Amino acid sequence: MYKLWATIWKDITILTRDRVGLIFMFAMPIILAIVITATQNSTFELVNNNKINLLLCNRDTGLAARELVNGIEKADMFHISKAEKSMEETALETLMNKKDALVTLIIPAEFSHKLKILADVTAGKALKEFGVNDEPVKETFDSLPPIQMLYNPVLQSSFRQSISGALQSVMQMVQTKQILQSLYAGLNNTPMPDSLQQEFSGSKMQIEEFPVTKSGNNSIPNATQHNIPAWTIFAMFFVVISLGSSIVREKSSGSFLRLKTLPTNFNLALISKQVTYLIVTLLQALVIFLIGIFLFPHIGLPALALPPGISNLFLITVSCGICAVSFAICIGIFAQTQEQANGIGAVSVVLLAALGGLLVPTFAMPASFQYLIKISPLHWGLEAYYTLFLEGGGLNHIVLNLLPLWAITILLQLIAYAGLKKKSLV
Amino acid sequence: MTNAIAISNLRFYYPGHSVSVFENLNLNIKTGSRFGIFGPNGAGKTTLIACITGILKYSHGSIKINGIEVSENPHEIKKHFGYVPQDFSFYPELSPMENLMFFGAWAGLSKSTTQKRAAEILEVLGLSEVKDKPVRKFSGGMKRRVNLAIGVIQQPAILFLDEPTVGVDIHSRQALISYLKMLNTNGTTLMYTSHQLSEAEELCDEVALFDEGKIKVQGLLSPLLQQHQQNGLEGLFMELTGKKYRDS
Repeated sequence: MYKLWATIWKDITILTRDRVGLIFMFAMPIILAIVITATQNSTFELVNNNKINLLLCNRDTGLAARELVNGIEKADMFHISKAEKSMEETALETLMNKKDALVTLIIPAEFSHKLKILADVTAGKALKEFGVNDEPVKETFDSLPPIQMLYNPVLQSSFRQSISGALQSVMQMVQTKQILQSLYAGLNNTPMPDSLQQEFSGSKMQIEEFPVTKSGNNSIPNATQHNIPAWTIFAMFFVVISLGSSIVREKSSGSFLRLKTLPTNFNLALISKQVTYLIVTLLQALVIFLIGIFLFPHIGLPALALPPGISNLFLITVSCGICAVSFAICIGIFAQTQEQANGIGAVSVVLLAALGGLLVPTFAMPASFQYLIKISPLHWGLEAYYTLFLEGGGLNHIVLNLLPLWAITILLQLIAYAGLKKKSLV
Repeated sequence: MTNAIAISNLRFYYPGHSVSVFENLNLNIKTGSRFGIFGPNGAGKTTLIACITGILKYSHGSIKINGIEVSENPHEIKKHFGYVPQDFSFYPELSPMENLMFFGAWAGLSKSTTQKRAAEILEVLGLSEVKDKPVRKFSGGMKRRVNLAIGVIQQPAILFLDEPTVGVDIHSRQALISYLKMLNTNGTTLMYTSHQLSEAEELCDEVALFDEGKIKVQGLLSPLLQQHQQNGLEGLFMELTGKKYRDS
C-alpha cells in the first residue's frame, strides 16, 4: 500500500508543479462554461425577452394596412421605427443600417384595397355556397401584393422564421377580419358593428407551457442547467492532454528504464495515474459546479440549481471521471510521442463531444449519426446529467445511461491492458 | 569465491534482426569485485547490462544473478541489484529527497528505511543542502550524483553502472569514484561500463574488453596490462580493437 501511496504522491507533486497544465485543465473549461452559457443565455433572451428593432414602411393608407401595423405593435416583439412611405428600397437599406434594424417591413401601396377585393370574393363564394346569394360572383382577382421583409444577413434562419411566423399570424388575423366583415355586409347589408369586430379580433385560445420531468418538478431549465454539465464532462475528458502526454513522457524518459529494473509492476504506475487524475476530474467538476452556483448570478447568468440527489450527482461525476481517465490512459499507451498524444487526444475529444451532443443536440443530428452517437462516452455522461438536472430523474433512471458508460470504461481498460502487454510494459 | 553474475552460452537477437548481438557469450563476475566492461561504440556493453537486468529478454543461454536464473525469476532478481543508467533516470520536477522516497518505495523499502537511507546517501554525495530543491535546476555533476543515489537506495548486492560519470567535472567524478569504492568495500559488487579508461583503471580490479559481441580479453587488470606489455587500458584497447571507427 505504501508503494501505491508513494506513487500517487509523486504524481500529484509533479502535477501541482506543472502550472501551465493546471491552468489548461481548470481555467479552460471554466472559461468555456462561462462563454458558452453567456452566449446561449443571450440567444434565449433575444428570442424570448428582448425586442428586435424593426423598420416599418407603410406605403398604403387603407384600413387593413393600419390594422396590420397595430397588430405588429401589439405583438410586443419589436421596437418599431417608421420610415417615410415614399422611401425607395436602397434608402430603406441605408436607414436600416443607421437604425440598427435587423428587419424592415414594406407594406405595398394597394395592400388594403387588394385585401378588400380578396375578402369580398371569398365572402361571395361562401354566400353562394350557403345559398344566400344567387348573384354571380367574381371567381378571380388580382393577387395580393406581397409584404416585403428585408433582413440583415446576420439574422439566423431560426430567428427569421420566428419573426416571419409572428408576422404571418398578424396578417392572418387582418385577413380573416376583412373576410368576416365582407360576409357580415353580404348577409346584413350593413357594416359589422364595432362590438362584434372586437369579439372577432384576437385569439381567445391560449397555450400554457409545462416542462415534463421525471420528478414532477416544474422548474424551467435554463442555459446554465444545460451548459454546466456539458462543459464539466468536456473538461474531464480534456485531461487526455495532460494524462496522455504524462504517460508518453514516463514511457520515453530515463525514469521508465529504471522503473523496469525495480521489483514493482508498471501497472502500479498506471493505477496511481488513474487515481491522481480521477481526483483532478472530481476537482474540475466541483470548481465548475461552484462557479455555476455562486459566480454566475453575479455576472448576469442564471444560477445552477443542483438536483436533490447529491449522491446521484456524485455517482455520475465519478463514472464520467473514471471513463475520461481510462480514455486518456488508452491514448497515452498507444501514442508514440507527446505530440501524438496531444493531437489525437484533443481532436478525438472534440469529435466525441460533437457526437455526444455537447455542441449540437443529438436529436438535431442526421439519422445516419444516431448509431455513432452511442459510441461516445460523453453522450452517455451528458444524458445521465440531463436526466438528473433537467428531468429530475432518480437512480433507476440515471443507471440506464450509466450502464453504457461503464461498459465503455471497461472496454477502454481492457484495450489499455492489451496495449501494455503488447508493448511488454507489464 | 562465488559468482555474483554467471553468464553461459548467451545468445541475443534484437526483435526483427537476423544477426545476433551475442553468440554463445560466457562471463563470470565474482562477488565483491569491481568489474569493468569496455569496448567501442556498438560493442554490446549496454545490451549486455539490459539482458542481465531483465530489461531485454534473451532467447538462448543462461544468466544467473546470485545463483538465480534471470529469465525464470524476473521479479525476484530485481531485489538483488541496483541500476544507474547512462541517461538521467529520475523526475526532474522532484527534489532529490522526493525522488529517493519514490524510488525507495518501488525498490520495496519501508517509508522509515527510505528516509534514513536517503539522508545518509545525500550526505555522503554532498546533496544534503539541496535535498529539497527540484533536480531540474541542478548542474550536470549534481544530476549524476542524484542518478547514482537512486541506484543505491536499496543497498543492492550488485550495482550496474552504465557510464555513470559522463559529462561531469573532476570534483563530481572524484566524489562518485570515492563513493563507489566505499560501496565496494562494504560488499557491493560493481559492474561498470565507461569510455573514461583512465577512470576505469582507477576503479576496476578486473576488466573485459568487448568487440562485436565477443569478449576479446578478460582478466585482472594489472596482469593483463603486463601480458600485453601496455602501460594503460587505452593502449590495450587500441591494440585489440584497431583504429577503425565503429559507430559510423
